[in-house]
Amino acid sequence: MSHGHDHPETATERATSPLAARVRAMEALLVEKGVVTEAEIQDNIAYMDSRSPANGARLVARAWTDDGFRARLHTDGKAAAVELGIDAGASPDLVVVENTPEVHNVIVCTLCSCYPRAILGRPPDWYKSFEYRSRAVREPRAVMREFGFVPPEGTRVAVHDSTADVRYMVLPMRPPGTEGMDEAELTGLVTRDSLIGVSVPRTPAAQS
Amino acid sequence: MTARFAPGDPVRVRPGAKPGHVRTPDYLKGKPGRVETVLGRYRNPEDLAYGLSGEPERLLYKVGFRQDALWPGYEGLSDERLYADVYEHWLEPGGEA
Repeated sequence: MSHGHDHPETATERATSPLAARVRAMEALLVEKGVVTEAEIQDNIAYMDSRSPANGARLVARAWTDDGFRARLHTDGKAAAVELGIDAGASPDLVVVENTPEVHNVIVCTLCSCYPRAILGRPPDWYKSFEYRSRAVREPRAVMREFGFVPPEGTRVAVHDSTADVRYMVLPMRPPGTEGMDEAELTGLVTRDSLIGVSVPRTPAAQS
Repeated sequence: MTARFAPGDPVRVRPGAKPGHVRTPDYLKGKPGRVETVLGRYRNPEDLAYGLSGEPERLLYKVGFRQDALWPGYEGLSDERLYADVYEHWLEPGGEA
């Protein structure tokens, strides 16, 4: 190999930004000091790539169609996820906050980018931006408007700043007009942004 | 370890800075709030960040703050709240009535 390493080329190695260079240097040092192995890094990348908002959509659709599951999702989010074959492993606890006609929830991490990655995968880039992190706490309604969502009149907005050892996911309200839909169809309505709370799931009309 | 605070208790986030890795955001320092839930016990991230054990574990609380008390000119309903997860050693009694 031209650059003298004897491990497979990764995405970070191909990138040329200063940040990517720093990541490569950190990675090389950690491997050299025996903190992690190249194989562990590759395994972790593969694991993160296998996680996606589709997992969250399945949890939500099941909660909409099964009251017992919804109760268990509130009691212990990670344990409920395992019922659907989604194993979040040793990741932080998952707390689910449920939207109601009275309260609409939105999630942010002002300190960094805490997110239920072990279930939903990597957060979107905007979630990690300084702009979202600073504005979501002080003007959540303005932020939601930019995502095209205005909470119904009289609905309170609750912001959850995930500052510590708990990760949050929003359980949105089931959209109107979905009474005849089965769990698989409902899953298709749940968007990543609705799991963060900056918007709500699609409606059947909007989807077709 | 007994929880010092219970849901509904008025609390105030301790003011002041502590060097190093801290999970209490500056915008809540000195602010009054109310305990929403006791989330559980976790190893102290302020020590874990430096390779220490993080023990003894610390109690973590979900604390609610009135948005209109945090931000001048806040746009929203008067009883809207922001919730943040705050470790017990960052909380003191008092605060929001």
